[in-house]
Formats: sequence, structure tokens, C-alpha cells
Amino acid sequence: MKSAMSRNGFLCLAGLLLALGLPQIIASNFIIDVLTLILFSAFLGQSWNILGGYAGQFSFGGVVFFGTGAYASSILLETFGIDPWIGIFAAIAAGGVMGLFIGFISFRYGLRGSYFALITLAFAEFFRIIANSVEFTGGGVGIFIDYEPSLARLQFQDTAGYYYLALLMTVISLLIAWWLERSRFGASLIAIRENEDAAEALGVNAFRCKMYAICIAGAMGGAGGTFYAQKFLYLDPPIAYGISTSVEMLLVTIVGGLGTVFGPLVGSFVLHGINEIARHYLEAPGLSLIVYGLILVIIVGFLPNGLIGLFKRKAKKAPGAKNA
Amino acid sequence: MLEVTGLSKSFGGLTAVNNVDLNVEQGRIISLIGPNGAGKTTLFAMVAGFLKPNGGTILFEGQDIIGLKPHRICEMGMVRTFQVTQPFAKLTTLENIMVGAYCRTARRDLAEAKAREVAQQVGMTAALDQDADSLTVAGRKRLELARALATAPRLLLLDEVMAGLNPIEIDEIVAVIKKIRDSGVTIFLIEHVMKAVMNLSDYAYVLNDGVRIAAGTPAEIANDPQVIEAYLGHGAAKLMQGGGAANA
Repeated sequence: MKSAMSRNGFLCLAGLLLALGLPQIIASNFIIDVLTLILFSAFLGQSWNILGGYAGQFSFGGVVFFGTGAYASSILLETFGIDPWIGIFAAIAAGGVMGLFIGFISFRYGLRGSYFALITLAFAEFFRIIANSVEFTGGGVGIFIDYEPSLARLQFQDTAGYYYLALLMTVISLLIAWWLERSRFGASLIAIRENEDAAEALGVNAFRCKMYAICIAGAMGGAGGTFYAQKFLYLDPPIAYGISTSVEMLLVTIVGGLGTVFGPLVGSFVLHGINEIARHYLEAPGLSLIVYGLILVIIVGFLPNGLIGLFKRKAKKAPGAKNA
Repeated sequence: MLEVTGLSKSFGGLTAVNNVDLNVEQGRIISLIGPNGAGKTTLFAMVAGFLKPNGGTILFEGQDIIGLKPHRICEMGMVRTFQVTQPFAKLTTLENIMVGAYCRTARRDLAEAKAREVAQQVGMTAALDQDADSLTVAGRKRLELARALATAPRLLLLDEVMAGLNPIEIDEIVAVIKKIRDSGVTIFLIEHVMKAVMNLSDYAYVLNDGVRIAAGTPAEIANDPQVIEAYLGHGAAKLMQGGGAANA
């Protein structure tokens, strides 16, 4: 048991060192940029994973936290001149509060399963329309963010800067999930996912645990929003509250492995990797999407526990792995 | 320890539990029996906070617990098991039991130690690393018991933990339940396995159609004409008495 733990720890450390060194090894800005997006997507996926993967509350509107955070820090920056390194904390707070708000409304009235998924979808759409129609979000025109690279603005001259920021955020998200798996709170969330009534009977305060979970997911999503705005320097309602980000958040997690620490990261690597490769090698327009979709169907159809589940099954079958 | 008075619950037009009184005293094993559909599980669900009664009072250690959530009642020291076992399927036996143990501690190592201790108590040590969904029926029943026990209850509500078990498994679990009682936990159980009820309980209540029709020691209950009729049909008690007279 000890040796397996230290081996895993060693692997994580090696992976981190490699990730830290990559921008020195790889000269191509394009590849660093793709890696940045993979990490960013993994980070957002982890936000969804905490609520959807661990607590079993599938949301179709995970983007709502991302958009709220993005608007929070961007409005602070462009309207009030507050630097995003402070703004990101406002974004985290805004995302967390949004989480509590949606959580209270949904969980207070016992919405579960598809009803919860639908109400989160509805909230995302609701805020998209609101953002489209009010003045301070810039309405449909959106917000243009001035590009003046500096650490305080979380804007960088070279792609490696964004890469390191995304890496930092991803590592933090992994640590959150890692802590979750070892804590009473995490055990409660998993118990709720597996059987809410049984969990309640055993002393788990399901409502409170779900509120904490959605608040953490919201705070993480909010931080992601600030990163996105500072990297792409533009924000409008379809970006901030569009369904595609919600879908991406849940896809990378499901493909990688629901309720696992590394699921979103693995899923993000595989999905974005396939996407980029297909786009690069397939000439006909739209063909890459078909390949992408096909592989997605195969993974979801044949690997209900995601790619991580595949490794775990192998590990269980391997002789001598029983004590691991 | 547990005092129920005038408890009633109806679903639409159906009165599942009708004005039931009962009393569970500390340190004893009390049984709740009755034919299928008598309202036993509904009564348990109300006592454990899963259903809100339409009327009546439930006092646990003198405190009114109506309206409290199940997790609060569990924290107070009363925990139920489910008739249809509800394992956390994708978790191992150990992880399942640890969820219960976390009720009393936030520390992982303490929760794990408690879970292992409870597994020992109910004889599940060999299955600790097994996924809960690969357990046999007997294993799942034991897991229900173990998880509940891990919350360190003072009153344990067991809903048919012996249903579906073979006679050897029943003897084993009867021994386990006796040991739990001897460790100071009061037990209130629903059971259909009469041999176990007779063997285990100090006192029993009989429900039929939501109404309490009898109460007493197992021996008294077995000879109660109303109970015999509830189980065997109208006129059965007379027949049996007649048979007894003929034999005499």
C-alpha cells in the first residue's frame, strides 16, 4: 500500500516537472496554446466533476459559474479599473454565490437527476438573456478587454505565461479533488451520489453537503471565467453563458472518468487531442467533427467509467494489485 | 427510550398507520410484527424522520423528534436500516461502513478504525475490500447492519434484516444482534422470521391494517386470538382452540 502510494506520488511529481518544463522544450507557440486550452478545459471539467462526478448532481449549466466570474472580473476591470489579480477573487466569490443561489433554489425543493440538470440549463439560458439585455455587461456587443500585459492583469506577452497560469489552476483543482477523496466531506458527497436516502439515514446532511459542493464548483468556475476573459480579451453573452461550454465541461469529465481526480485532465487531453489531430489531418470540412463524434460515442458507449476506469480495471485484474 | 403515542399516517384515502402507541425501553430488544402491508415500515420511516406523520407524537429520550431530518435523528443516536438494502454500490464494504462512522468523527483514520471494528463485530472482515454490489444478499443485510452500527447508535431500528437469508445465516445474524444488545444498544426490529422474533425479543407489538392489535411477550402474542386471526384468517383462532379442546 505504502509503495503504491509513493509510486503514484512520484508519478504526479514527474508529471508536474514535465509540465513545468514543457514550454522550455517545445518551441511551437501553437502547441503550448493547445496545451493551455487542454489544461483550462480540465480545470473547468474539475469544477463540474465536483458537483456532477462526486456528488452525482449532473448539471447542464456548469457554464453559468464561468460566465458569472468572467463578467465579474471583466466589469471590475473595464468599468472600475480594478486589476484582475484582485478581480479573480471577486470572480471566485461571484461564482460561489451564484452556486449557493442556484443550489438553494434547486436542492431546497429536492430537485434531483434530470430535473436538476434542466434547472441548471434554464439558469444558464436565463443569465445569457439577462446579460444580453442589460447595460453593464455591454449587452450583445460584449466587453472588449484592453491588452496591457502584466502579471497584475493576468495578461502575458508570450503564450507560456497563460500556460503556467492554466497549469497552476489545474494543479489547484487536482489538489481540491485529491483532498475531497480523502475527507469526510468527499465521502458524504459520494454517499449522496450513490444513495441519498441511505446517506441521510447514516447522518449525512445531504442538503448542506450539496450546497458546499455547488459553492466550490461555482467558485472554481468563476476563477475559470477570469482566466478566459484575460486570455481571449473579449466576452459576450453566448461565450459567457453558452451551452457549448457546459457540454464541454461534462464531456471531458465523463470521457475521462466521473468522480476521479484525474478524469477531467485525461478526458481533456484525449478529446482536445483527437479534435486537433482530426482537424490537422482531415482535409474535408466537417469530417473532423464526425471523427470526433464517433470516438466520443465509442468511449461513452463502451467505457461507462471513462478512460480512468479502464486503467483501474486493469490494475484490479493485475496479480498482486489487490493490496494497492 | 422511544415513546410513540397516537401515531397516524395516511396516503390519500389509505390509512397506513392508525393511532399507534408503543414504547421501546432501554437495553431491550423489541419486535414489531404483522402481516405484509400492516404499516410496519411506514411506522419505522416516521420514527426515523423519513416520513412526516399526520398525527401523534414521537419522543426519543424525552425529546420530540417529529419534523427532524433523518441525519439529525441519526446524530441524536437513532439509526434505521432499510428493508430493501441500499448499499453504496460502487464503494467497497469498508468505504460503505466508513460513511456511517463519519457520523461521529471527521478524521479519516478514526473512521476507518471504527469501520474495521464494526466489520469485526458483524463478521464482515473478509469482505472489506469487496465492492458492495458484489455482495450476496446475506452480505448486503450485514452491510446495512454494519453501516448503521458504525454511527454509534443508542437505538437501532432494524427493518427485516433476516428476510431472504437461509436458516444458518439467520442463526448467525441472531447471534450478532444479541451481541449488539449486550454491548448496550437498544434494538427495535421488524421481522417476519418468527423463530428469530421468539428467540430474540423481550417484548413485541403486532400491527394489522395499521392498527396495533396486540402487545406482549412473544409467548403471549403467539397465543393471542386476534394475532392468530390476522395471520391465518377469520375463524382460525376458534379452530385452533377447538382443536386444542378436542385434543384435551
